[in-house]
Amino acid sequence: MENENVIEVRNLTKKFGHFTAVDHISFEVHKGEIFGFLGANGAGKTTAMKILCGLSRPTSGEGKVNGYDINREQEKIKRNIGYMSQRFSLYPDLKVWENIRLFGGIYGLSSSTIRAKSEAMLRYLQMENLRNELVGRLPLGWKQKLAFSIALIHEPSIVFLDEPTGGVDPETRRMFWEMIYATAEQGTTIFVTTHYMDEAEYCDRVSIMVDGVIADLDSPAALKQRYHATDMDSVFRQLAVKAQRKE
Amino acid sequence: MKEFGSFVKKEFRHIFRDKRTMLIVLIMPIVQIVLFGFAISTEINNARVDIVGDVQDPSVRRIMERIEHNDYLQVMKVYRSVEDIHARFKKGQADVAVCFERNFDERLHKQGMASVRVIGDGSDPNSAQMIVNYVVGVLNDEQNDISLKYVGENETAGMTPTIQYMYNPGVLSSYNFVPGVMGLILMLICSMMTAISIVKEKEFGTMELLLVSPVKPLWIIVSKAIPYLFLSSVNLLTILLLSRFVMDVPIRGSILLLCFVSLIFILASLSLGLLISVISSTQRTALLISGMGLTMPTMIFSGIIFPCESMPVLLQYFSDIIPAKWYIIMVKKIMIEGVGLGYIYNELLILSLMSFVLLAVSIRLFRKRL
Repeated sequence: MENENVIEVRNLTKKFGHFTAVDHISFEVHKGEIFGFLGANGAGKTTAMKILCGLSRPTSGEGKVNGYDINREQEKIKRNIGYMSQRFSLYPDLKVWENIRLFGGIYGLSSSTIRAKSEAMLRYLQMENLRNELVGRLPLGWKQKLAFSIALIHEPSIVFLDEPTGGVDPETRRMFWEMIYATAEQGTTIFVTTHYMDEAEYCDRVSIMVDGVIADLDSPAALKQRYHATDMDSVFRQLAVKAQRKE
Repeated sequence: MKEFGSFVKKEFRHIFRDKRTMLIVLIMPIVQIVLFGFAISTEINNARVDIVGDVQDPSVRRIMERIEHNDYLQVMKVYRSVEDIHARFKKGQADVAVCFERNFDERLHKQGMASVRVIGDGSDPNSAQMIVNYVVGVLNDEQNDISLKYVGENETAGMTPTIQYMYNPGVLSSYNFVPGVMGLILMLICSMMTAISIVKEKEFGTMELLLVSPVKPLWIIVSKAIPYLFLSSVNLLTILLLSRFVMDVPIRGSILLLCFVSLIFILASLSLGLLISVISSTQRTALLISGMGLTMPTMIFSGIIFPCESMPVLLQYFSDIIPAKWYIIMVKKIMIEGVGLGYIYNELLILSLMSFVLLAVSIRLFRKRL
């Protein structure tokens, strides 16, 4: 079962008027892997990710997320994925436990499940004495870790992380990636976008989008070999330099 | 349904946590009612009365004396012609003028009919109306005495007082402000607060977080509207209690009907708020649009400050598209005139139609922008 695919897309295309944001991309993501989804701003990452999350419909192309059709079964997809982003994570004017409760409730968990989960979560994050703190008062790193845990509260099979470590200090980033590893270990697929190339090294496989198409997709080691580079940064720059589009 | 419940709870938390805003929302109607109320219910003392007529005329003289004896009225000067009154009003030297026709006494007792005109200074409409009422009261007293004298005889004598307001023939009712404030507050709470709370999520990006959840977008919106529906009901209640027991504005019609009408108006306001939230991308824009685009026209065109009748025709047509105008008309009719559903049929139809169209358009736009 090592190579079971949780995401499969074929010729996925999204057009906005005459602008083709995503241009016939095809790829698959295996169960339990950490899949890095890289690309410069405006390369079409976010658009592609929105389709995978069931937020928007593709103009053409097909695909399945967790076995559900991206054109027809968006509700079911939403129920089975987690989502977290750096731009927005939680409600700053709600307390820690209220945020946990809210998202547990949104995904239809029972009160007792939510209670048990939040205890475990707070213990794991060592935030037990912060349960009554407003999320807005927490340091950014804590917020991100909490947001990640909350994104997993309904035990989704895939979690989408949209630049989860933006603006976070290196130490917290390292801890955050430890959490990601631990989660992937348990069989949850991680789909992550990032601008930090050192983080790309941590992924099992990486796809690099340029101008709406996937320029290359492979493991970091294979990519580095192919482009005769010592690090992912160099790989990324060799591919991204071909971009025609402006940001 | 459980998911929906968590949403509603969350919205209430947002509101209750922001203590300052909540306080403003709850206090605002009280302040407005009290402010409007006291600005209007200035007590009338020693209102200055000018007389136009013949002082030698016995009936005129008797009425003059009656006016003098009234605690609230005071005779200032006597003129021969109505023309002189204009100057007195303009200089602010008189509040009301009582104009008797020529040969008043003779007409009254020989022909049985005499006319007297009471002219109020409409530039201060509310006190003008009260003063005129006092004067008319005095005239009525005189009329009663005259009638008593003629009891049992075939002859009668009657005065026919005509009332006229200078400068503001429409004259605002002193009850005007309560329905006006109701319209304004409900509009403000429902549209502005809803718009801002939705745009806030857009601005922070939490909207996307909600949209990737399995909860349907429509329910997210409905859950946003419910706390404000609750808040505006509290406001409605505060206003009604205040106006009934502090301001002595009667509620003559059915309260149930009043609530129903208010509900329709709230629906229209919520849809407007949704519409604003779709158009604007920042809270500031939402605030500006609802402040300038909703509150101002509502205040001006709904007859709270200026009576619609005294506006240019073009603006009168424009005022027709303001939902608050129709709501306020209905509230006035129900509260003050005490009429039933049959008399507000047209206005209710217009307002319902507006609510429906606004709701349909805003939901459509909201879905499209996702």
